[in-house]
Amino acid sequence: MKRFKVIAAAILVSGFMGGAVLADGGHDAPLPPKNDWTFAGPFGTFDKTQLQRGFKVYREVCSSCHSMGLVSFRNLAQPGGPGFTEGQVKALAASYKVKDGPNDAGEMFERDGRPADRWPSPFPNKQAAAAANGGAIPPDFSVIAKARSYSRGFPLFLVDMFTQYQEHGVDYITALLLGYSDDTHGVEVPAGKYYNTYYPGNVIAMPKPLNDGQVEYPKGADGRPQAPETVAQYSKDVSAFLMWAAEPKLEQRKETGFRVILFLIVLAGLFYFTKNKIWSRVEGHH
Amino acid sequence: MSGHSNYVPKSAVGRWFERRLPIMGLIHSSFVVFPNPRNLNYYWTFGGILAFMLVSQILTGVVLAMHYAANVDLAFNSVEQIMRDVNYGWMLRYLHANGASMFFVAVYVHIGRGLYYGSYKEPREVLWILGVIIFLLMMATAFMGYVLPWGQMSFWGATVITNLFSALPGVGETIVTYLWGGYSVGNSTLNRFFSLHYLLPFMIFGVVALHVWALHVPGSNNPAGIEKKTDKDTLPFHPYFTIKDAFALVCFVIFFSWFTFYIPNYLGHADNYIEANPAVTPAHIVPEWYFLPFYAILRAVPDKLLGVLAMFGSIAILVFLPWLDTSKVRSGAYRPAFRVFYWMFIANAIVLGWLGAKPPEGLYVIASRLCTAYYFAYFIVILPLLGKIERTLPVPASIAEAVLGPSGSGSAMAAGAASSPNSQG
Repeated sequence: MKRFKVIAAAILVSGFMGGAVLADGGHDAPLPPKNDWTFAGPFGTFDKTQLQRGFKVYREVCSSCHSMGLVSFRNLAQPGGPGFTEGQVKALAASYKVKDGPNDAGEMFERDGRPADRWPSPFPNKQAAAAANGGAIPPDFSVIAKARSYSRGFPLFLVDMFTQYQEHGVDYITALLLGYSDDTHGVEVPAGKYYNTYYPGNVIAMPKPLNDGQVEYPKGADGRPQAPETVAQYSKDVSAFLMWAAEPKLEQRKETGFRVILFLIVLAGLFYFTKNKIWSRVEGHH
Repeated sequence: MSGHSNYVPKSAVGRWFERRLPIMGLIHSSFVVFPNPRNLNYYWTFGGILAFMLVSQILTGVVLAMHYAANVDLAFNSVEQIMRDVNYGWMLRYLHANGASMFFVAVYVHIGRGLYYGSYKEPREVLWILGVIIFLLMMATAFMGYVLPWGQMSFWGATVITNLFSALPGVGETIVTYLWGGYSVGNSTLNRFFSLHYLLPFMIFGVVALHVWALHVPGSNNPAGIEKKTDKDTLPFHPYFTIKDAFALVCFVIFFSWFTFYIPNYLGHADNYIEANPAVTPAHIVPEWYFLPFYAILRAVPDKLLGVLAMFGSIAILVFLPWLDTSKVRSGAYRPAFRVFYWMFIANAIVLGWLGAKPPEGLYVIASRLCTAYYFAYFIVILPLLGKIERTLPVPASIAEAVLGPSGSGSAMAAGAASSPNSQG
């Protein structure tokens, strides 16, 4: 009876701790569908080619409006990421012009980008970003995969603690990119805005950013693109890239976690048997 | 700490030092030979776990503070820099953020143990009150710490909670202005919260020292709730409880690591990864999970000032618990009627937590009010009455008897808790 109470209380406490996830509300929008991600779960890793494709989508489509100011060019070459070489990163950085200065004459000047530079923002400041986008500032993409979520509801939010579901953000982003629809389901959409099934309130300032065939993917050995050039694929690839941008240390984190927990389980076992050995001398202890 | 220890160091250097600063003797008498009841269950390991968590938070926090910038224009990015560029910065940050949650998990189990086994009763009243002070300091520390990353929830949570003080009649507005260091939550607020967030854990450390000192006067309570009578009732802290606490600690750290390494953002709020924007209010402003029951109590009361008083009152009431509970029997193990109300209290606290995350509309408001009423009724009505009218089970004659049974049946109980009376004869 006691053990039952302890277990029941433990479930209730974990439910309580998980309750914070419920705080989102997400009233009218349906729940984004759950996708399979290579980086999900305890042994998840990024698929380098997917990250490279996602980066291509970001660079060719999204970066015209969305900054990614916390990511540097050099991050693209670091382990656990898209796996570009130092040379590729240097060339990529040099293809961008970066404002620097003042020089010794006191003037600001433009120079070629270096790997250490942050990803250049498409707009000089927030006001310019808003003016170019109908008053709405396109959000920075550096941590957007962690800055978006949706309410999982009971009992899923409890199950998530055990299944390690942390991909709310990328599932939401993928759904959003695929969620544009001509049928507004009776929702009033003002001029200059667009209907989206998954955006809270259903009215979003961003027009549909992706179309089939818009981004050319590298060809495989058979001459065909290595992944379908469809909106669904673009959405997944760019979302995976955004997950890396938000959590560049994800692979290292999960790998370290495995080693740490394995070590602790062994240590717990050693302590358990030592504790029993010591306590076995006590009269009345089993 | 009552009287000198009779520890004699083995080395000459040790004896030289011991004569001048008897710290080894202090450690020896407090943590080596100190007699602990032999029937303690695993709920008694959480004090040690809490001490570990305090040290963990201080160590990770001090290193984080070397890289953090407490300025509204720099804070958010400095945290991201820690996550990306500082070696193992991601681990420090996630250990610290999840460590705070783990600290509260442990403190709630620790308090729950105290509530069930009557650990607040005579002669441990001051020990209990010191504990409430530590809890308050923890809450202040955690609140200020959450503001530091300067995300949307950081900013708006700070705005909501600091605004509460304006409810105080007359001085309220002035207090809030001085608290903010300005006319709204801003750079001055962030800067002083960083300063105090660094300071308060060391104050917690000091009160913890008093807490352990106060504990060592009567010694630990135990699941049977009866004081030690003979040496047969206790075992020396080392090796019996050092090893047991070590085992419990490792299990707890596994739980901690699961969150830190695999689901580090599970207990957080996605909105805190959006940089603070005073012009945009989030759809739902919620504190971290460990504050949710108190948030529910705050919102349950329709009046602003009374809501604030109810919220602080819900913690202040704990101070009076040793005098509100009139029962002569200390441990819930021998109080069957009390047990029902106790578990209802625990369930009620969890429901209050769930309600704290819900928008304050409709049925949720009614439920919050009912749960708040039960919360206060438990302390003000139920416990005082119960002590007078309940029928308790016979309490064993000694701890040794509780463990061994009067017939020496050897039914073990050191691992299990004595919530049912089947372990004594």
